[in-house]
Amino acid sequence: MAKIFGAVEIDSNRCKGCDLCVAACPTSVLSLQPKEVNDRGYHFAYTVNPDACIGCGSCAAVCPDACIEVYRLVDKNA
Amino acid sequence: MTREDIIKDENKVYSRPRLLLDATMHYCPGCSHGVVHKLVAEVLEELGMEDTAIGVAPVGCAVFAYNYIDIDWIEAAHGRAPAVATAVSRLQPDNVVFTYQGDGDLAAIGTAETIHACTRGENIMIIFINNGIYGMTGGQMAPTTLEGMKTSTTPYGRRADINGFPVKISDIAAMLDGTCYVTRQAVHTPAAVRSARKAIRQALINTREKRGTSFVEIVSTCSSGWKLSPVKANKWMEENMFAKYPLGDIKNTEVKK
Ligand SMILES: Cc1ncc(C[n+]2csc(CCOP(=O)(O)OP(=O)(O)O)c2C)c(N)n1
Ligand code: SF4
Ligand code: SF4
Ligand code: SF4
Ligand SMILES: [Mg+2]
Repeated sequence: MAKIFGAVEIDSNRCKGCDLCVAACPTSVLSLQPKEVNDRGYHFAYTVNPDACIGCGSCAAVCPDACIEVYRLVDKNA
Repeated sequence: MTREDIIKDENKVYSRPRLLLDATMHYCPGCSHGVVHKLVAEVLEELGMEDTAIGVAPVGCAVFAYNYIDIDWIEAAHGRAPAVATAVSRLQPDNVVFTYQGDGDLAAIGTAETIHACTRGENIMIIFINNGIYGMTGGQMAPTTLEGMKTSTTPYGRRADINGFPVKISDIAAMLDGTCYVTRQAVHTPAAVRSARKAIRQALINTREKRGTSFVEIVSTCSSGWKLSPVKANKWMEENMFAKYPLGDIKNTEVKK
């Protein structure tokens, strides 16, 4: 059975902590930093549950600041 | 499988659009303007229009659009973007000209320019960000503000008997013979973003092919003006805005009936 692996890279300094990517992710990969903030004072998004990522791109699609880049790998032997 | 195995160039399925400049956009967190800028940048690149496109920026929160997308731009006075775009597209017929306007800009002070550009069938794309409010100036009522909607100038909610009814300007644009494509989209979900992207692509192709005016309304949020979080603003938009401003194509002369 093929298995899908995904990963995202988030530009945390560009992030404004709007939470839209968190709401859009179907597999609850993302969250906002509860305490830490970036240079501009926003609680930025991070991957709280990275192994669940399927590389669907939903988070990147809705991000208003184009902070997220997406990778997707289909492993046919997994 | 490790993160290093997955994060490789050959596995990349989404990158930040090349035509989006490095500048951080000044928009509030979660603002729909950002998502639409991203789509415009993506589609311009995809259609190879980076050297031919000329944008006309409005007065409103998108006043600095020219700082964010790496094409040629002109800044118009409040509401006059379709008139400026008319001149540019007539003088530079080899360029693809579009306006990017808010509802205060397009449907209040600029109503005449909007209607007459659409009536003349100018070969331009009009992107219309309808967030039902004057975002930039502090959340005053716009012509598009819903009945009952609270704004800083309608603190108890818009009342039809005092403030009039919300205007559905895309429906008016569709009645005018010069428009070839009028559609109403949104960018609140991945599916909506895909649909809006397709609409902007269609509108830019129409403009390049000189088919008349293409009018793309994006029903949008203004979380600051609406005084909601971005996620709640999206929900409020779904529950309230879409009833008055239903999504979908209103007119498409390319589709044979
Ligand atoms: C001639 C003129 N009148 C009024 C203004 C003040 N003004 C600036 S932006 C704006 C409305 C902006 O609302 P909208 O077009 O909906 O854009 P948004 O900020 O919501 O995206 C107004 C009335 C101005 N700049 N120039
Ligand atoms: S790519 Fe899909 S699964 Fe991965 S974080 Fe983004 S929305 Fe979630
Ligand atoms: S959608 Fe973009 S700006 Fe908003 S929290 Fe996610 S990464 Fe940050
Ligand atoms: S005021 Fe409203 S329209 Fe303007 S940037 Fe903020 S959220 Fe966006
Ligand atoms: Mg507005």
